[in-house]
Amino acid sequence: MAEEQNKDLTSQSKSINSIPKTYKNYINGEFPRTESGRYYSVKAQSGKHIANLSLSTKKDIRNAVQAASKAHAFWANKTAYNRGQIIYRIAEILFGRREQFTNEMVLLGYSREAAEEEIHACIELIIYFAGWADKIGQVFGSVNPVASKHFNFSRQEPMGVVGIICPETPSLLGMLGLLMPNMVAGNSQVIVASKQYPLSACTFAEVLATSDVPAGIVNIITGSKSDLIPSISKHMDVNLLVGDTSLDTDFQFTCELESASNMKRVCYWESFISLDELNSRPDETIATCLDSLKDPYHILYVQEVKTTWHPVSE
Amino acid sequence: MIDRIPIDAVGIQERVSRICTRSIKKESKLQALDLALRMIDLTTLEGSDSDGKVRQLCNKALRPYTKLPNIPSVAAVCVYPNRVALAKKILEDSSISVASVATAFPSGMSSLQIKLDDVHYAVSEGADEIDMVISRGAFLSGEYARVYDEIAHIKEACGSAHLKVILETGELGSLENIRMASDLAMKAGADFIKTSTGKISPAAIMPVVLVMLQAIRDNYNSTGVKVGMKPAGGIRSSKQAIQYLVMVKETLGIEWLHPSLFRFGASSLANDVLMQWVKEKTGRYQSLNYFSND
Repeated sequence: MAEEQNKDLTSQSKSINSIPKTYKNYINGEFPRTESGRYYSVKAQSGKHIANLSLSTKKDIRNAVQAASKAHAFWANKTAYNRGQIIYRIAEILFGRREQFTNEMVLLGYSREAAEEEIHACIELIIYFAGWADKIGQVFGSVNPVASKHFNFSRQEPMGVVGIICPETPSLLGMLGLLMPNMVAGNSQVIVASKQYPLSACTFAEVLATSDVPAGIVNIITGSKSDLIPSISKHMDVNLLVGDTSLDTDFQFTCELESASNMKRVCYWESFISLDELNSRPDETIATCLDSLKDPYHILYVQEVKTTWHPVSE
Repeated sequence: MIDRIPIDAVGIQERVSRICTRSIKKESKLQALDLALRMIDLTTLEGSDSDGKVRQLCNKALRPYTKLPNIPSVAAVCVYPNRVALAKKILEDSSISVASVATAFPSGMSSLQIKLDDVHYAVSEGADEIDMVISRGAFLSGEYARVYDEIAHIKEACGSAHLKVILETGELGSLENIRMASDLAMKAGADFIKTSTGKISPAAIMPVVLVMLQAIRDNYNSTGVKVGMKPAGGIRSSKQAIQYLVMVKETLGIEWLHPSLFRFGASSLANDVLMQWVKEKTGRYQSLNYFSND
């Protein structure tokens, strides 16, 4: 009898091909559920329910900003070289898990080819920005001629906490295009993930959690843009908002209006590609997108310039 | 002289967790924040304290935040004896009291004469309130009479100044000891009993404060004397402060929800209360960058 039961169990465990996964927020290096207790259904292209995702609210934004703000000094004070190493490590881990990302994208309607193309572009983008970490200061820092006996020099410093509002698609490249320049710059970030295609962002949190990225530096929140954008733009501890040019103009208006409270910088970069375009012309669309995102000026834009006047005798 | 009352530690913990579930929102939260701010003893007790630091602290006590109307002042500032005169001078025309730690703070390791001199000095400099420390070493060795006499002598030395007795609960070991020390301090004439110096961890924690509040309640029931309570150290967020207020209300009643009978010894709490206040008024979560440090 006992033997039979054992046999049953073995055969059962062998038959598990997949288990339902709970995708949660990523805040302060942990995976909490939303404080709101609300969820929304993410569906496969076939209309089949895949998972319930957190329909987060301002309290989750608050917790994430608090974590980002607390962690900021630790990340900003690391040497640029070390930040580069850690970012490169993200690419290593992502590479090892690319199959999982591909499968999730396919589940949501990507063609396999487009999904694979996008993951490769993501890895290339991360490595590109990892390389910039210790060069940005050399290239863009300067010694300035002045008309007095001063040694005058300028260098870039991190801005602080950044709110990142992801485009809907491409679901991973879109997020990394906005995230990577900020990580390199030494900022800490609160990311509002794509609503319809959030699986890549949630799984990317698992990559971050195993990549030596200190807790709190990247926080990822899922939910409705109309809930999250007002509260992140209003937050006085957020110093910069980065969105995508495809962001609805009403939301752009909210971002800019509410940012006036503490004079946040607001910027939009171009990374949006519709799913149809991605699937019909993956090589071309992703190559163009990657080209526009591989831009060191993006790092420069999310930093502050500090200029020092140092008196010299002769 | 003082009975040793057994304490149900698990029961206390349960009661505390129950109290922490009370939901205080919107209008009642604003009222609680207002009350919490008026109950703060804004404290600086560092070896590095300078005149400048004390001056800044006093100005913060007077006008915690100027960008919104109707923000009240705090209850008191709490400093070392040699900073009392300066604080008194700045706060002269206000309702804010000057509290001073004395009696060889924070360890209390000195002779009774030196402790009395310390108190006399602080009072002569203008202190309205004296925060003394008990001799924990003596208490733990069972020399209760000595601890009692010390408090009684210091109470006498205070004259008209209020006496707060710091038990330093983090060093007393058990809830029974804390209850006993509370009873002893109240019998010896304390106007307030206070948890901690802020120099030892853990400082104020809720189970300890609950035991002390119960001691105050029993003392009131048997003698009719209202003794105040001051948790100090470790209370940094408005949320914690509001939980303490709920605990006071539910243990001692509404009469104790007044700065004359309940105080928070804290330095960073004030800014968190202000941040929550501004958030309730404006709907924007705030950043410490826009609030003064001291």
